[in-house]
Amino acid sequence: MTVSVRPIVTPAPQAASAEAAAEAPVKIDVERLNFYYGPKRALTDITLTMRTNVVTAFIGPSGCGKSTFLRTLNRMNDIIPGARVEGRVRIDGRDVYGSGTDVVALRRRVGMVFQKSNPFPKSIFDNVAYGVRINGLARNRRDLEGIVENSLKDAALWDEVKDRLQDAALALSGGQQQRLCIARALAIQPEIVLMDEPASALDPIATQRIEELIYVLKKTYTIVIVTHNMQQAARVSDFTAFFWLGKLVEFGPTDRIFTNPAEKLTEDYVTGRFG
Amino acid sequence: MMERHIPHFQEELEQLKVRLLEMGGLAEDRLRLSVKSLVDRDLNAVERVLAGDAAINQLHIEVDDRCFKLLALHQPMAVDLRSIVSAVKINTDLERVGDLAVNIAEASRRYLQHPPVKELIDLPRMAVIAQDMLRSALDAYVRRDTVLAQAVLDRDDELDALKTKVFRDLLTHMLRDPGTIEASLDLILVSRHLERIGDHATNVAEDVIFMVSAKDVRHHAEESLS
Repeated sequence: MTVSVRPIVTPAPQAASAEAAAEAPVKIDVERLNFYYGPKRALTDITLTMRTNVVTAFIGPSGCGKSTFLRTLNRMNDIIPGARVEGRVRIDGRDVYGSGTDVVALRRRVGMVFQKSNPFPKSIFDNVAYGVRINGLARNRRDLEGIVENSLKDAALWDEVKDRLQDAALALSGGQQQRLCIARALAIQPEIVLMDEPASALDPIATQRIEELIYVLKKTYTIVIVTHNMQQAARVSDFTAFFWLGKLVEFGPTDRIFTNPAEKLTEDYVTGRFG
Repeated sequence: MMERHIPHFQEELEQLKVRLLEMGGLAEDRLRLSVKSLVDRDLNAVERVLAGDAAINQLHIEVDDRCFKLLALHQPMAVDLRSIVSAVKINTDLERVGDLAVNIAEASRRYLQHPPVKELIDLPRMAVIAQDMLRSALDAYVRRDTVLAQAVLDRDDELDALKTKVFRDLLTHMLRDPGTIEASLDLILVSRHLERIGDHATNVAEDVIFMVSAKDVRHHAEESLS
């Protein structure tokens, strides 16, 4: 029957963002990646894409290869003796293992934050300024100060440290040190930020701040995070990849992975029935 | 910027609340129209109620889906957990109100094919109480107001009493003139639907009390909040 009715329901406000995430341009494209520590194969045939301005989380039990995989994305494994990579990792379509790749430039584009905060034994200011200086990214002192301030603001640390930028970084709390390391990574204007268990050494409040920060940062950066904390992956990510014994078991939108995974193995892991 | 940033989970909870209230608004609107169709003998209102149900059903699914994902992805605790579980239940009650409005509209359409059995007095009174209970329950939800929620629970008896009165009145009419049986039965049905809407409003109010104070007042609603 055709009857005029009052306006139907307004469209769901945030369904759009999940769809937008699924359609964002590809930033990192990994194809049939194998990784070896000497004779031991640590990653088997990984094929996966990570999209622009989206948070992708890697989960899986210890030793499943998730951190190893993360480190293949900016060639942090290069320095390990006997390490060997097969397959392709493309960022914006260019193979990072190609012969023409400048590894230093790559790591400038693909920043990294580690599990244990590792500030340099310098002042707060100098920690953030460090990468800017060695890369010659500031034209003058005022420019440098602006970059440091913006990076600390982006890392949600500015208000806590703005009056003591010359204090030692190591005097900050663990959570502040971790945000300082994020500010340091952001200062050189990367496009991608890799985070390896960035909150696992922090208390719940500091963890929550880092998680909120990730949510804000994804508007500007492409973020890939490794976490052994499944709930954290559920809270912060748009896409989740589940690794097991060096294999990618399942990859998909986070809400699907945590509400209706396709693989029995994933279901067993996210429900804690594993092993 | 973080200092003023509302945690994004709280933002999503707020969105959930907004959508649930839209659901409540639609249900209220359907109820009002269905009663209007009967009281004003307005067939157009009947059609509008029937056509509006799809929107409620669509929101019903969306709100449930939001709750489901919030529970799965955010592991809410304490008041956040209670508010999401309450939202699931309130959502179901509001959808039922929408369905009952459709039932009233359908009864109204059948009733309008007959001459009026009597002047409608108690049914409109029931409708006012039911709408008032529903609106108050939703207000209590918005304001997290347990006192207002308790007041909703206290009104349910009025509705039950009126329903009994409507039945007795119409029974008299049917006994006197069996030709009015068909139309009278539809009015009795409407009174029953209105009474059921009061029950759903009561459920919403109980869920509000649970959400705010963690007290489960179901099945012993006469014990007022201490």
